[in-house]
Amino acid sequence: MSHKRTDTPALPQRRKLMQGAAALAGMSAIGLPALSFAQNKPIRVGMPTILSGRVAQLGLSSRNAVMIEVEKFNAAGGFGGRKIEMVVRDSKGQPQEAARVARELVNSEGCELLLDAEASSGAFAVHEVARDLGVFCIHTNSETSSLTADPKLRIPNAFRCARQGIHDAIVGGAYAAQVAKEKGLTRWMSCSPDYAYGRDTTAEFFQYAKHFNKDIEVTGDIWVKLFQADYSEAITRLVQGRPQAIYSCLWGGDLSSFIEQGNIYALFKERQFFAVNMADYTVLSVVKNVPPGLNSGNRYLRSVPHTEANDAWAEAYQAKNKELPTNWAWQNAAGINFLTAAIQKANSVDGAKLADALRGLTIDSPFGSNGKITMRADDQTIVDYAVAWGELQNKEPYMPTPLIGDWQQIVELETEWKKSKGWA
Amino acid sequence: MNPTELFECVTSLSCIVTQTSTGLIVGALLFLVATGLTLIFGVLGVINFAHGSLYMLGAYLGLTGYRMTGSFLLATLIAGAGVGLFALLFERFFMRRVYNADVLMQLLVCYAFILILDDAVKLIWGAEFQSMGMPDAFQAPPLFVGGGIIPLFYLVLIAAAAVIALVLWYVLTKTRTGKIVRAAAHNPTMTSALGLNTNLIYAGVFACGGVLAGMAGALAAPVRSMSPGMGFSILIESFIVTVIGGMGSVSGALVGALLIGLVRSFGSIGFPSFVEGIMFLAMALILVLKPSGLMGREPRV
Repeated sequence: MSHKRTDTPALPQRRKLMQGAAALAGMSAIGLPALSFAQNKPIRVGMPTILSGRVAQLGLSSRNAVMIEVEKFNAAGGFGGRKIEMVVRDSKGQPQEAARVARELVNSEGCELLLDAEASSGAFAVHEVARDLGVFCIHTNSETSSLTADPKLRIPNAFRCARQGIHDAIVGGAYAAQVAKEKGLTRWMSCSPDYAYGRDTTAEFFQYAKHFNKDIEVTGDIWVKLFQADYSEAITRLVQGRPQAIYSCLWGGDLSSFIEQGNIYALFKERQFFAVNMADYTVLSVVKNVPPGLNSGNRYLRSVPHTEANDAWAEAYQAKNKELPTNWAWQNAAGINFLTAAIQKANSVDGAKLADALRGLTIDSPFGSNGKITMRADDQTIVDYAVAWGELQNKEPYMPTPLIGDWQQIVELETEWKKSKGWA
Repeated sequence: MNPTELFECVTSLSCIVTQTSTGLIVGALLFLVATGLTLIFGVLGVINFAHGSLYMLGAYLGLTGYRMTGSFLLATLIAGAGVGLFALLFERFFMRRVYNADVLMQLLVCYAFILILDDAVKLIWGAEFQSMGMPDAFQAPPLFVGGGIIPLFYLVLIAAAAVIALVLWYVLTKTRTGKIVRAAAHNPTMTSALGLNTNLIYAGVFACGGVLAGMAGALAAPVRSMSPGMGFSILIESFIVTVIGGMGSVSGALVGALLIGLVRSFGSIGFPSFVEGIMFLAMALILVLKPSGLMGREPRV
């Protein structure tokens, strides 16, 4: 009997074994590939940017820079086998379109993260989408300081990896004050585009120029329309005003036209010109006659910072894209580098975990003033990137003797500026 | 507003010279574009909304011509001829089909071409802005007249625009071709009944408008950067000029363009934040007081 008892359970055991084998076979056929698919599912990153219209080249350079870094990340195995897949969409430079595209990228395209490569107007719109959907987002092109400086706007899931207007203004102001002392420049005028960026940037530049040199007097300001074709009337007003130095935050084709037209009026003869946006290859490569006495902030130059890493990055970008990088290009390369570093640190692509990992994160970077850049924890924006001003020349290195901004000084003055705004 | 500065300017010879020359150059380029627009409207009775794109095409062709030949004169002629040819084909294959259609249909055809040309420019010349740079021949210090500044290149531009205006005036008023064109504009049915080929006249006028816009684009290229979509702003200003001068009137285009140029130039001294507003205000006033424009024909009752 006992023998029978011991034998009879053997049948169900064998049946169970067979059932288990069948189930395993079934899993192999259906379940395991599904599991494997989940592990290899790409990490879709949505990227709204400007791919058409007058500033399309900036959006295209943003995409180009990102793709180089993504290819490197994927070639190195990605995140546990999961590769990054960029989903790039054109906002046409319109804020409402940027918001729509960003929402669609998350809701319809299955993007888990956003790399927002919009200019300021679009970035503020995407920021509200990030707030609404709670999606992790890195803004890579907005330089408007309030985006991250104003606590009312700040959200835990959004970061900025772009230069800030206030940082440029502090370094620019210090540099301008120094040149003004050396050359005895007291009478200043400005000619900038008539919109929020132009007005804010000009005001901040003069605020710090006067902070460092009390003798600077602004005797006139001229506001021109964005994308204006002819600057003759503005130039003649500058000529009539007889300033010793002129500041401008015109950019791109507008700045190029202004310089070409100013040259034929001899506007820059025996006069110093401070154009924060001049030192970008898109402008430098098309302006035939860079006038003497032209000073600029560094947008992107392969020689600022003057390191092998920066030069190699520019070389790789140029080899791949047959063009030189732009300011937007380095910011987006750094943005995706921060994202991949945060993924590795958090060991996750969950937005909240990524945000925790990114706050205060320091990475090696060709764009850092000391080879590193940091995502500052308290306002979720980058610091320690190379901010410089210097006099320009016609050929490489376009800015032979840059004055690199001192980050201790920048942070001190930035904190005071925030306090004056009630933001700190 | 700075009315004091404006008063000081109009009482100072140097300021008057500088601002007047600036106004003339703005007006001269505007005249070249607007006169093509108004000529096409006057003869064909259609508004070429793609006219700004012809200006853009001229600038880019001028850039390529200059890079190929190194001669600014040749570059301008290449741009004029190239855009004239393009305008001819555009008229023959597309615009001709919508002459009798609703204005909305004409607008759609033109708008389609604006988009196509913007993208074509992007594909051929790239999305980034381009600059021709000042030709070596004109890299000279500006002239000082009565203490005012007049750039040498702008004198050349004003002279070129004046020559083109004179040629246009002579052809339209003193030659048989001009008489035929004016006849076609006045009464196309009768012109056709007299055995004249109105299709040829239409194509010729459209091509002529293209030549003028193309040359304007090339003439402006040394001082204005180029980018896809650059034709839009000049199109708006050209419409203001044609409304002020009178739709279909070449002399009206000249008066309107110079007026706008001077308003911009002196307005920027006295009313720097309201220069655009002054232009539109002038247009609104003309529309109210003389709807046919300063030099336009009054409609027959």
